[in-house]
Amino acid sequence: MKKIVTMTKREFFSYFTSPIAYVYLMTYLVLANWFFFRGFFLVGQTDVRSFFSIQPWIFLFFIPAVSMGKWAEERKQGTLEILFTLPVRDIEVVLGKFLGAFALLVTALFFTFPMVMSVAFLGNLDWGPVIGGYIGLLFMAGAYLAIGLTISSMTENQIIAFILAVVVSFLFFMLGSPLLSGARGSFVAPMFQYFGIGMHFDSIARGVIDSRDILYYLSMIAFFLFLNLNVIQTKARK
Amino acid sequence: MIHVEHLQKSFGSVQAVKDISFDVAKGEVVGLLGPNGAGKTTTMRILTGFLRADTGQITIDGVNVMEESRKVRQHIGYLPENAPVYLDLEVTAYLSYIGTLRGIAKSELQTRIRKMVEACGLENVVGRIIGQLSKGYRQRVGLAQAMIHEPKILILDEPTSGLDPNQIGEIRNVIRTLGRERTVILSTHILQEVEATCSRAMIISSGTLVGVGTIEELMRQGKGKVSYIVTAKAPRERIHEVFSKVKGVEFQEWMTSEDESAQRFSLRELNGKNCAEEIFHAAVEGGFPLVELTRERASLEDVFRELTGA
Repeated sequence: MKKIVTMTKREFFSYFTSPIAYVYLMTYLVLANWFFFRGFFLVGQTDVRSFFSIQPWIFLFFIPAVSMGKWAEERKQGTLEILFTLPVRDIEVVLGKFLGAFALLVTALFFTFPMVMSVAFLGNLDWGPVIGGYIGLLFMAGAYLAIGLTISSMTENQIIAFILAVVVSFLFFMLGSPLLSGARGSFVAPMFQYFGIGMHFDSIARGVIDSRDILYYLSMIAFFLFLNLNVIQTKARK
Repeated sequence: MIHVEHLQKSFGSVQAVKDISFDVAKGEVVGLLGPNGAGKTTTMRILTGFLRADTGQITIDGVNVMEESRKVRQHIGYLPENAPVYLDLEVTAYLSYIGTLRGIAKSELQTRIRKMVEACGLENVVGRIIGQLSKGYRQRVGLAQAMIHEPKILILDEPTSGLDPNQIGEIRNVIRTLGRERTVILSTHILQEVEATCSRAMIISSGTLVGVGTIEELMRQGKGKVSYIVTAKAPRERIHEVFSKVKGVEFQEWMTSEDESAQRFSLRELNGKNCAEEIFHAAVEGGFPLVELTRERASLEDVFRELTGA
């Protein structure tokens, strides 16, 4: 456990040893604020729903950018060899990477809070969907991140890792949308909906925190991290 | 200390290691020698638990590497090829990171880091980012990383590759000092390295062990070959004619000569008897001057070339 914490810290702070973290955070915050306030003053309602509904789309590009280099870099530099010969479990290494990157996403989300506060200052804000929205975003970020990390473990090329992660995340996001599930027969539609990242987010963002949605996200994260572990073991340890 | 039995490892259709067995005693410094692609790195990676062998047994200090990998890793310090270290970290921050993951107690960590900085000569670069350091210093940081938990066994994959002669000397000194109290296995394709640092060498060629022993033993395996390097001022036919009559030597090959008027060549000694005098007399009788006459014992290079079939 202590080792996971050590690795998480290292992974998190490694973003800040170069300008990368600042570039990520700035870009994300500018985009998030821009998309929100663009419509906010037109509508003239103290409502942050549009903020939460745009996030999945920003995450679609933001999170693969955060995850793309995580394993690729480690393998290219050969540092994985040292990491994997330390008396540490492989799964601890995987979790350390995940949590370190997740901490950066939490930081990014934290800095969107002033925006919500300023809306609350302007009028009467319904806090239910806000809290639900943030929780939903955290879980969704976790799922996207697990997908991105797994793909990063599959290729040493960061650009390929980025594009593939966007594509796969997008597929999972769209799975539940009416566009896809509506066109299918009645049998597959609920299944598609169940596997779609977007559908589960919508229900949490409405302010309804259902254990089934939480369970869905946790199992998505667990599944992809497990896959990640296996990929990195077969790739690196052969 | 280290016991390896019938190790085998393939990558797809390529057999990187074919049936290697050896023992290393406590306190030995063993050099793993072989051409590039012979299987040195693979063997070391299996020893450290990074790779799993297809078949074979490895026990380190009585503990099976395959079954209790993490327990064994506790006692091993490993420096992979090219010293891969995190380039974005400061030297002591990196050592502290590895130390913590190695399970060194917080109270102990600072002392250990200080010790490593001193042992590996890192005093001048403390406070700097590893990415800004020269190759030699990175290699030393890699060494410090490998030793921070005071392991019983050190496995070093080409610890001096890519360093300049001064740095090589310094790293070798560090290794020699370490070898006094630890078991060290190092790989190299530089023969002088083995002569300079190792008490014993194992020569690997295309995945098999082709020679094991102390440096002297290996030299003797080179069949005690002795040859003479001779430079004489005479035409080639005349040289052939004169020296073919000398008993106990045999013409070996022509060599390049700096002086155009002289021929440089080598003769092989056949019976283990010093024939330098006979060669001299033959030249005198032939009526031409000798410019050079050197008796040479087979070097480790020759043994290496012979055993690895290059």
